[in-house]
Amino acid sequence: MLISSLGQGLLWAPLAIGVFITFRILNIPDLTTEGSFPFGAAVAVSLMLKGQSAIVVSLAGFIAGCLAGLVTGILDTKLHIPSLLAGILTMTGLYSINMHIMGKSNVPLLNEKVLTEYLPVGWSLDIQTIVLGVIVTGIVVTLLYLMFKTRLGLSLMATGNNKDMSAANGINTDGMIIFGYMISNGFIALSGALIAQSNGYADIGMGIGTIVIGLASVLVGEIFLRGHNILTRLIAMIVGAIVYRLLLTVAMELGFPPDDLKILSAVILVIVICVPIIQNRIRTKRQLKKYLEQMEDNDDEGITGETSTESILSRD
Amino acid sequence: MMKVLQVKHLQKVFFPGTDNERHVLKNINLQVNNGDFISVIGNNGAGKSTLLNTIAGTLRADAGEIDLASHNVSKKSVAYRSRWMSRVFQDPKMGTAGDLTVMQNLVLAQSHTSTTNLKWYQKKGDIEEYQELLKILNMGLENFMNTQVKYLSGGQRQALSLLMATLSKPKLLLLDEHTAALDPKTSHEVMKITDAMVKREHLTTMMITHKMSDALKYGNRLIMVQDGQIKLDVSGIEKDNLDTAQLLEKFEA
Repeated sequence: MLISSLGQGLLWAPLAIGVFITFRILNIPDLTTEGSFPFGAAVAVSLMLKGQSAIVVSLAGFIAGCLAGLVTGILDTKLHIPSLLAGILTMTGLYSINMHIMGKSNVPLLNEKVLTEYLPVGWSLDIQTIVLGVIVTGIVVTLLYLMFKTRLGLSLMATGNNKDMSAANGINTDGMIIFGYMISNGFIALSGALIAQSNGYADIGMGIGTIVIGLASVLVGEIFLRGHNILTRLIAMIVGAIVYRLLLTVAMELGFPPDDLKILSAVILVIVICVPIIQNRIRTKRQLKKYLEQMEDNDDEGITGETSTESILSRD
Repeated sequence: MMKVLQVKHLQKVFFPGTDNERHVLKNINLQVNNGDFISVIGNNGAGKSTLLNTIAGTLRADAGEIDLASHNVSKKSVAYRSRWMSRVFQDPKMGTAGDLTVMQNLVLAQSHTSTTNLKWYQKKGDIEEYQELLKILNMGLENFMNTQVKYLSGGQRQALSLLMATLSKPKLLLLDEHTAALDPKTSHEVMKITDAMVKREHLTTMMITHKMSDALKYGNRLIMVQDGQIKLDVSGIEKDNLDTAQLLEKFEA
């Protein structure tokens, strides 16, 4: 049980990382996720049935996601459609596109060689999934970590943090936002392509609830690993995705029917949003009490101990 | 005399065709020469902030032309204009990226053209270089290179913004009431730093201020904007001979 949720969690990790890029770095809740995830799956499975190799179709899934992000990015920055609506529009449009790609609502793989089958045959499926997951998330995290160390990555972070300041310092903020949408949805679609190969099918409905899964993973990850170092934050996303899978597996073991998993996901998201807020309040109260008892003459410390309830959803 | 900025027949109308129509900039003509340090004063709503925003590119001119360092930038983006221009905002939070560190903010301000460069942004020796620069501010910021800027005080953030604005060696520096959000003491300090930096780097500067005393004390030229027009433009000795009473008189007129 633990082993299988570890493997599954690793395959879902690129989704968490993708959501992290828009939600945390760009400060945009991007609903394109719900469309780009099945888009990646649909592209991968369809190409696979046409005889393409598993590696090619996974990369194609990534590129498909980038295109979906490009559309949302243009709707947002160039046509000035509010980002939430821009995501909904792309997601809705992608439903039709996914249906066209797949031809029907569920397309199973036949005997095509999926990514895990490139690994030694002697290993069990769970081990294969874990090794594959480690390789893929390893590549994703390494690439992103290196990217965030370049001036390009710094410009991306600055744009998400302070758009006016970034523009005043010469950054093409529209371009940066579009770029962020693209890589974010690219990783989300990559996750879709991996999950489709792992499940052995692509389904038109597999995107439903992915934004909730992604956000929950981001928040769960941040509960476990906090820090403003970019590598820590990326690894936190992987941890979040794994812990989240584990929570779902536990729920299944407890006898929750699969149909109830969506509401469970929503409840988990509500909990992981609330827990840090309550934690912060308790901590602040305790520190304030301690501070007032001491009544030292240093005025500054009381201010830094205070954390607003908004801090969990916005990084300000 | 070389000109850095040439504004010709600039017009800006807000909400045209509605009951709230406001003609904010009325045919503004302005030439800023190399080395000028201009104080811009005027009532609230006179149009001075609109003028600065239109020059910076945050607002588009409805008519007229803006030439910056011999480039017609009238229809260009803020980012494009920033090749020759830097800006310090009124709100200390606006000029810096709060989630990024002091170091990262300085790197961002260093070059306005290589923003999508794929080279490492942090190189060996950079830190020492930036620390030396921060020491000039005399605010102890050199000890907080890896601190997120949001933990700094307003005065520290504004001083950092100011240093950042000078790093790219801009042809024109815009200061938009950059001391207005600070307490009197910090405001005074930041103003002193401003003057020192402008002089040291020989920066051509336009500074909006509400403080008559600052407007008179600093700079070689003074512009008064009223009702969307430049009502007064004095420089040199003529400016030096002005006093607060005379200035207030002109405000009434």
